Amino acid sequence: MNNFISANLPYLLAGISVGGQYALIAIGYTMVYGILRLINFAHGDIFTVAAYLMVYMNATMPLYISLPMTIILTVLLGFGVERVAYKPLRQAPRMSIMISAIGVSYLLQNLMWYVTGGLAQQYPTIPFISNTVRIFGATTKIVTLITPVLTLVLVMMLSLLIHRTKIGLAMRAVSRDFETSRLMGIKINNVISVTFIIGSFLAAIGSMLYFSNYTAVTPTAGAMPGLKAFVAAVFGGIGSIPGAVIGAFIIGICENIIKALGLTTFSDAFTFALLIIVLVFKPTGLFGEAVYEKV
Amino acid sequence: MSLLTVTDLQVSYGGIEALKGISFTVEAGQIVTLIGANGAGKSTTLRAISGLVPIKAGGITFDGREITSLVTSSIVEEGIVMVPEGRRVFPNLTVLENLRIGAYLRKDQAEINNSIEYVYERFPRLQERHWQLAGTLSGGEQQMLAVGRALMARPRLIMMDEPSLGLAPLVVKDIFQIIQRLREEGITILLIEQNANAALHAADYGYVLETGRITMEDTGAALLNNQKVRDAYLGQARKRKTRAAPVPEA
Repeated sequence: MNNFISANLPYLLAGISVGGQYALIAIGYTMVYGILRLINFAHGDIFTVAAYLMVYMNATMPLYISLPMTIILTVLLGFGVERVAYKPLRQAPRMSIMISAIGVSYLLQNLMWYVTGGLAQQYPTIPFISNTVRIFGATTKIVTLITPVLTLVLVMMLSLLIHRTKIGLAMRAVSRDFETSRLMGIKINNVISVTFIIGSFLAAIGSMLYFSNYTAVTPTAGAMPGLKAFVAAVFGGIGSIPGAVIGAFIIGICENIIKALGLTTFSDAFTFALLIIVLVFKPTGLFGEAVYEKV
Repeated sequence: MSLLTVTDLQVSYGGIEALKGISFTVEAGQIVTLIGANGAGKSTTLRAISGLVPIKAGGITFDGREITSLVTSSIVEEGIVMVPEGRRVFPNLTVLENLRIGAYLRKDQAEINNSIEYVYERFPRLQERHWQLAGTLSGGEQQMLAVGRALMARPRLIMMDEPSLGLAPLVVKDIFQIIQRLREEGITILLIEQNANAALHAADYGYVLETGRITMEDTGAALLNNQKVRDAYLGQARKRKTRAAPVPEA
């Protein structure tokens, strides 16, 4: 019995942990979709850029500077991308802004190739969270234990922001009706910027937690977790924050259960099969937008 | 001096001239109505005043201040709020949250709570249902909420776009009573309506808008008796004319 636990617990813990990391990325997808009805294809690349920022900053600066600076610069990047690539297209058809998002995604990816020369960079070790611990006879990194806790704390704070503050009220209003929100005196562009800032902030945290599990960063290292997080957002019902979080944890845990069963090869396939199944049978996802309007 | 003065306002949408230079004024403390057929430019006029559509030419002054080029949030700050067509309450917010968002630009937290009480006094139904999602209210309740939400901004001018649209006749009567009461409290109202009969009965002054131009203006009562207006906009008047016995005015 003890053997069973010590053999399988790491998979479960890893699943919960990876789920938390997906959740932090997925929130960015789902919030932007909720407000702009845009799938921000650049979000996964912002997640990767955050990893490189950490690599380069940490090479020259102590951790207590490089870590907050990484977060700040990632947030600025997310904010800047919206201002430069999406804001001018506010009145354009939705397809235009989506193509712009794909463009930004490729731009960021190629910038990373250009700057790094395509070589894998070693991800810095963040002290304490990279240490290993033993629980129930299983060995794991502290980051694995911290991730779900930190994720839940951040999600709760976000939930308070959305439901208890004025900017949260504005975000909920804007997500429903741009024009009436403007008639209330809400500055739509500011609300949209705040959304991108929150999304990028969470992606930066997610990036630190995710890459602490790996030794190296490559320009495409964020593509897979980005896609998985996107699937999680769709699975949970895109536009819904609780949906994205629950979807992310389910996907993270299922992937690792599949790995525990010795079917590692199929763990990615599972996620994308899930996407197809969701799109076919319940396109609105677990918590898809309920329609309140009376017809 | 008039509260709102619109001078030679022109608006175009994608090559179509929606407003071909209209001028009108709204006096403080009055109910002024714009009547006209579908597509005459009534909604466009309100949207232009609110800064929702770009203005091609002309000027708008409010209480002596030039507001033509202001953004919507600044126009709301000046004291002009709109109750949009179809009510447009936020269905995903509660009744109370809808009221709070009406006070979005106000900073005086204590006063905001007084304003909520003020709205509840006028619309007790909203207090009963303050925790409900606005999307679950009936059409008439939503209209009350939309008016209450507008009041939360402490406006000097409320612009109403088709407040009676899609509501049951009894509810329409309520809405027009509310409009009268707002005027009694000193709020100026610019009302646009397809229900020209009700609008002209309520209004102190009215303008007739036809395909982007103002073709007639007079007091509400005078327009009600104007033969051209009766023929074009007061459908029942024509029926009466063909009958032998005239039906007394409501």
